[in-house]
Amino acid sequence: MIHRNSLIQLAAGLRAKKFSSVELVRAYLQRIEASQPALNAFISVTAEQALTAAAAADRDIASGRAGALAGVPIAHKDLFCTAGVRTTCGSRMLDNFVSPYDATVVAKLKAAGAVTLGKLNMDEFAMGSSNETSYFGPVRNPWNTDFVPGGSSGGSAAAVAARLAPAATATDTGGSIRQPAALCGITGVKPTYGRVSRYGMVAFASSLDQAGVLATSAQDAALMLREMAGFDPNDSTSVDAPVPDYVAALDAPLAGVKIGLIKEFLDEGLDRENERRIREALAVLERQGASLREVSLPNLPLSVPVYYVVAPAECSSNLARYDGVRFGHRCKDPRDLQDLYRRSRGEGFGAEVKRRIMTGTYVLSAGYYDAYYLKAQRVRQLITADFKRAFGEVDVLVGPTSPTAAFRIGAKTADPITMYLNDIYTIGANLAGLPALSVPCGFVAGLPVGLQIVGPHFAEARILNVAHRFQLDTDWHLKSPERFA
Amino acid sequence: MTSANQGKWETVIGLEIHAQLATRSKIFSGAATAYGAPPNAQASLIDLGFPGVLPVLNGDAVRMAVRFGLAIGARIARQSVFARKNYFYPDLPKGYQISQYELPIVAQGALDIVLDDGSRKRVGITRAHLEEDAGKSLHEGLGAFTGVDLNRAGTPLIEIVSEPDMRSAKEAVAYMKKVHTLVRYLEICDGNMQEGSFRCDANVSVRPLGTDKLGTRAEIKNINSFRYVEKAIQYEVARQIDLIESGGKVVQETRLYDPDKGETRSMRTKEEANDYRYFPDPDLLPLAVDEKFIEEVRKGLPELPDEKASRFASQYGLSEYDAGVLTSSRELADYYEEVVRAVPREPKLAANWVMGDLAAALNKENLDIGARKMPAGRLAGLLTRIADQTISGKIAKEVFEAMWSGGASADAIIESRGLKQITDTGAIERAIADVMAKNPGQLAEYRAGKDKLFGFFVGQVMKATQGKANPAQLNELLKKKLPG
Repeated sequence: MIHRNSLIQLAAGLRAKKFSSVELVRAYLQRIEASQPALNAFISVTAEQALTAAAAADRDIASGRAGALAGVPIAHKDLFCTAGVRTTCGSRMLDNFVSPYDATVVAKLKAAGAVTLGKLNMDEFAMGSSNETSYFGPVRNPWNTDFVPGGSSGGSAAAVAARLAPAATATDTGGSIRQPAALCGITGVKPTYGRVSRYGMVAFASSLDQAGVLATSAQDAALMLREMAGFDPNDSTSVDAPVPDYVAALDAPLAGVKIGLIKEFLDEGLDRENERRIREALAVLERQGASLREVSLPNLPLSVPVYYVVAPAECSSNLARYDGVRFGHRCKDPRDLQDLYRRSRGEGFGAEVKRRIMTGTYVLSAGYYDAYYLKAQRVRQLITADFKRAFGEVDVLVGPTSPTAAFRIGAKTADPITMYLNDIYTIGANLAGLPALSVPCGFVAGLPVGLQIVGPHFAEARILNVAHRFQLDTDWHLKSPERFA
Repeated sequence: MTSANQGKWETVIGLEIHAQLATRSKIFSGAATAYGAPPNAQASLIDLGFPGVLPVLNGDAVRMAVRFGLAIGARIARQSVFARKNYFYPDLPKGYQISQYELPIVAQGALDIVLDDGSRKRVGITRAHLEEDAGKSLHEGLGAFTGVDLNRAGTPLIEIVSEPDMRSAKEAVAYMKKVHTLVRYLEICDGNMQEGSFRCDANVSVRPLGTDKLGTRAEIKNINSFRYVEKAIQYEVARQIDLIESGGKVVQETRLYDPDKGETRSMRTKEEANDYRYFPDPDLLPLAVDEKFIEEVRKGLPELPDEKASRFASQYGLSEYDAGVLTSSRELADYYEEVVRAVPREPKLAANWVMGDLAAALNKENLDIGARKMPAGRLAGLLTRIADQTISGKIAKEVFEAMWSGGASADAIIESRGLKQITDTGAIERAIADVMAKNPGQLAEYRAGKDKLFGFFVGQVMKATQGKANPAQLNELLKKKLPG
């Protein structure tokens, strides 16, 4: 039952030579294979490369050259470029795309000794909240396979929840790490914008995209994040600031920590049972000495409309490179250039991606730019200012991660607006570039829900500390779906 | 194509000049920018727009843009913003060009041009912004296919946008040449127009003379020679006037100049134009340029063409025209000054030789100033011998030709051909006596008052001395001897 170990326990066990990386990787590969029909969490499983890397890690451990993650198996969301292994972004457009280079995140984790098991399913180009827009089929929630795992990092969340990997990389443009973490009962961290390099991460909305991690606990997430974070000269928006040891900062007591509950999140869309779980979680933090108050961020409810202008605008431009000329899907026998563009893109992209490209093209068009894009940017400033004001009063902000627990597959696909409202509580942190995480805080009708913790810029250590202290007094993060026990 | 009534119309021209910056690597990637590599050999994953790649701004490109801005007396923006210009084209790998739109790095500068009548005119420069070049589509030798070469994609450019201040094709060319000279002085662009390093779009409109409202303009795209700029504008002006006079209307459109046919033709009208959907590029932070950097760049500026020309005029006593010609390129000016250093008392002589015999010889063989055939030191050697009266100006032309074709030094040629000027009074007197003895008839006529024959005797003595007699001495001695 080696998969019941945390990532930190696995790393320690490997270093102590209690088991080898090859054994560990074999065990996880078996679990992946067994679960794939039920969960569809992986797009590519790289068994052979994983075993070769595991053997190399074992040699490194034997010779005392082991990095912090030596021999630890992980998996990547399939929008991190991996040299020699295809990177599909969950799209037919990139079904055949093999990157010639590793993303910075991939390279850093490799350098720390992590072994890649494969590439994880996701909403197409990270656009979706249920992992139903993937060209490779929906991912299913390990707690109940009739339900969605959340999105867009649905494969990453399902894989970690089902213990198919102790941790996985993911990205969060508008809640894509935190929402699936909540819906799958695991811990998900979106760092400050600029904390982790975006180089090699296929872009969706560049001013919002941020790489992060999904793991079973804050402790494991802290270790992963420590290895992923840092300045990258290849990413002009990455920040040149030292990376603190997130693991070392986990234990600090919560006495005197000021916690603000975001008033606007307790709206009519929030499931009452879910709200109860949040209040119970906050009581745990109060018992540890944290003080709690309600804080208002009046512009925060505008997050969803702002996001659905800014993100599509950027995506309409970022996805223009998929034109069938140099890589990716190319239609058969194009008649001329226009035909090449129209059919390659028409065939390569799914409905949700097209919807966003069209929305984005519209809001940037002459005559509409001011009314949509510019206004959205102004409101984005207001939302950022709200957060700044709030952090003048409190150390961290908290609230639910999503309005409800997971919903049934297919329940919201017909209505994009209802689907978009799933991200109503998470998008604010993306717009303001703030670090935020979700920790499991109980169940509603047998499905997990999450508590969201948001911190000021570069306060990853603080939010991980609060999350870890919460997990010291609760065991929600230790629960795993019985079917994949 | 000409119009009978051009005199009733005023032409208004503004130019958008694209100058490729002479950085070693591209504006947003580390790939080399050298011209002429095999297709796509100098395109990195960033230039190819691969999934996941990100741009990183090349600091040298920024430095060069600031150099240009300071040289035209412009305002350097402390903060400028890169934007995306979105459109689909196979030579544009990302589907957008990174350019500067609302906040360019350089704004509000000016350059002076000299008009035909010698007067000066100031041409305003609205802005100059940094952007990346696109690749090239290749149509030849590929049958029904079009090839894409992305070597040029990502090459840094500054786009220099003038005010609509020019009133004729000639003024436009004068302005374009001025910018061309300047960017080469600043060493920010090689100015090679054949390779497309320096090219322009011309916005042309006409309006009834004496009116203020601008006419509808046509934009002639991508003209890459001074001659074509002049011809394209002339054609376009005549076309617009003819169109209006025959009851038509100029439509706002993009046109292309066809040098083979000598005409412009419509490429796309305003209605067909792309909506570029500019927005700030979220992959790049706003470009901040501080005072310290600007001062550092300012300190590194070379003497600029106008400053150099006025210095040449005052220091060397040259006419404004000569000073202008000699400073039209930094290489020419440096060459001239190197020559002058060898003959410091003869700056005018040096100017005449550099602009005269040397320029003609270079021109004939399509060579550039400073060509190995005639380094400045070698020409200076010749001028030294004129200055110290070793040879006459006439003999010097012969020596120059020998130097040009044979490559030997002036001294060696003078020595081997025995061209040293005769300044020995006795020798000249002997030659005069000899000529007088041989031409008694002419001598008698001269003495009878036929003064014109003086020239005949000069010629005869020169012939007898193979042109080596010092002309001034010869004149003086002849005047003494001939009257008897």
